[in-house]
Amino acid sequence: MNEKTTKIEVKNISKIFGPHPKKALKMLKNGADKDAIHAETGMTVGVQNASFEIFSGEIFVIMGLSGSGKSTMVRMLNRLIEPTGGSIFVDGQDVAAMSSQELIALRRQKMGMVFQSFALMPHLTVWENAAFGLEISGVDKKERRERAIQALEQVGLDLYSDSYPHALSGGMQQRVGLARGLAINPDILLMDEAFSALDPLIRTEMQDELLKLQSRAQRTIVFISHDLDEAMRIGDRIAIMEGGRVVQVGTPEEILQNPADDYVRAFFRGVDPTNILTAGDIARDTAVTIIRHRSDGPRAVLQRLISKDRDYGYVLDSERRFIGIVSADSLRDCIEGDGGRDLTKALLPDAQAVQSSDSMQDILPEITSRSWPIPVLGDEGKYLGIISKNLFLRTLQRGHEEAAMPPAAEAPSEDKTI
Amino acid sequence: MKLLDFSEQLIPLDDWVENGVDWLVTNYRDLFQVVKVPVEKTLQGLDWFFGVLPPSVLILLLAFLAWRYAGKGVAIFTLLTFLLIGYLGLWEDTMITLAMVICSVLFCAIVGIPLGILSGRSNRFQTVLRPFLDAMQTTPPFVYLVPVVMLFSIGTVSGVLATIVFALPPIIRLTSLGIRQVHPELIEAAVAFGATPWQVLRKVQVPLALPSIMAGLNQTIMMALSMVVISALIGAGGLGGPVVQGLNTLEIGLATIGGLAIVLLAMVLDRITQGLGKQRKSG
Repeated sequence: MNEKTTKIEVKNISKIFGPHPKKALKMLKNGADKDAIHAETGMTVGVQNASFEIFSGEIFVIMGLSGSGKSTMVRMLNRLIEPTGGSIFVDGQDVAAMSSQELIALRRQKMGMVFQSFALMPHLTVWENAAFGLEISGVDKKERRERAIQALEQVGLDLYSDSYPHALSGGMQQRVGLARGLAINPDILLMDEAFSALDPLIRTEMQDELLKLQSRAQRTIVFISHDLDEAMRIGDRIAIMEGGRVVQVGTPEEILQNPADDYVRAFFRGVDPTNILTAGDIARDTAVTIIRHRSDGPRAVLQRLISKDRDYGYVLDSERRFIGIVSADSLRDCIEGDGGRDLTKALLPDAQAVQSSDSMQDILPEITSRSWPIPVLGDEGKYLGIISKNLFLRTLQRGHEEAAMPPAAEAPSEDKTI
Repeated sequence: MKLLDFSEQLIPLDDWVENGVDWLVTNYRDLFQVVKVPVEKTLQGLDWFFGVLPPSVLILLLAFLAWRYAGKGVAIFTLLTFLLIGYLGLWEDTMITLAMVICSVLFCAIVGIPLGILSGRSNRFQTVLRPFLDAMQTTPPFVYLVPVVMLFSIGTVSGVLATIVFALPPIIRLTSLGIRQVHPELIEAAVAFGATPWQVLRKVQVPLALPSIMAGLNQTIMMALSMVVISALIGAGGLGGPVVQGLNTLEIGLATIGGLAIVLLAMVLDRITQGLGKQRKSG
């Protein structure tokens, strides 16, 4: 998001389940941990001193395993669960301190919610379900129906408006749930494992649907998930929770490349990095590059390749824009053929570069079909580095063991004007 | 051991109860007479209604209700039942019983549904209410028949009051059950969209508990019908009359047709109200 205005600010929020939460909160402040509190008082720490910000218009995913406190966290945002301590500011207003009237107004106007179990009213038709929030706020029936049908159109279900929920499939039911959240036209949409009960194909479809909706009208979406692939796919930023604590907040790339601790690392084990990492993330500037001048001779270039023990050289112009690739073989052919005057004759015919924003998935065909490392270009066609088959495979493997290393230029770049 | 000497009655609870009832009767009989006024008026209204309504209209009306809510079969059954009752010479008694049953069920619903809702929403209230419901359901009606007569005198109204006490528990229990069976996530969803507790009750809990409430109503009707004979013992009229008279004078035939009419009436009312409940469920 370009303009980063804070929509929701969570400050030192804690939730303790048990008969004397204040006592446990005090222990928590004095440094006791979750297990110690449970052992001593029998009370459970649901969320422990969580702080983070959610920006306007972003999809913020709160991710964690079951029992990590993520569902408790999202329910504290609209106070379905009362926080034991701390503050939650929505547009600068402290939700934790609101009176019940203010709270009801907040829920009716600003926050829609979508549930894992869909939670549709079985006695109401599809449109009446979509209009439920409006009915609660006392909108009259005509307007209610109009706005509900509009919301159903957004999720592609307007033709089913007079059906009952039990007649719909799971995916369709959750679309109704989504429409119910959208119908009140909220700034904030809370989605509690909204797609977890759906089968994988439908889940992906719903994620796409959500991204599509988000591209049309930017809402602040707080999405709870235990599925990392889902989080990576839809999240602008992710907060990872473990045992009631927020252990890391960041963009998917930041977290993947720089996991805060073993828990986060373990989470990413088994994640398919090809969807998340881009060519720019993994490219290394280790190749022999040749900045082309008029006087370049194939012989000199060949000499350099041999001395560096490389098979390929990457030819750039003076602005470091990519021109082509030469190989030791093509240089030799060129020298034998026309006496080795013109370097351009030695350029490999089907050498192609990929963009730094392409995902590993996108560049896979190029990597596998070429014998040379693939050049990666950044803005304005500027050469960034290369990805060899070896590097690609190593990154894949790391994805299963630990997050990929930061793409720091380990070896100094090798360009030299000849 | 004096403590385990059971040959003497140590706790004269029976005397206390007797004295207590006597005390209530001497001091508060007027109050109880006032309490029975709404029941009396409703019953009079119903009696009048079933009295002026020509039998043909009533039969068609009931058959129509049966057809509308329970299907063709029940409609035909209803038609035949009421014709048979007429031919057996029990029409007037049946009308009195019908008025009594409707009157007691009406008051059971007015009292029972709110109590059931409260008990469905509050564990504490349910805990307090439960022993009373247990007592109402297990105490033989003969036990409270005498105090009822002492406080409210004999007659059809007292019969209705005794019937209310007897028939009230199922509607309370089943309303409470229905409220409790509403999925918590539906209530959570309603609250998340800003529903007040009253809105949660009106828009989610009661509509979803309706099938269960209807089942409670059905059970209450059945219980009310089963009180018809017993309330005849304290002078209530209706179909209990022939049965009691038949038993007293050993006229087996009279008792039998009275009993038959009660059973048939119960079946008709049961099928119609069950159909009503199902209609709501699927609708």
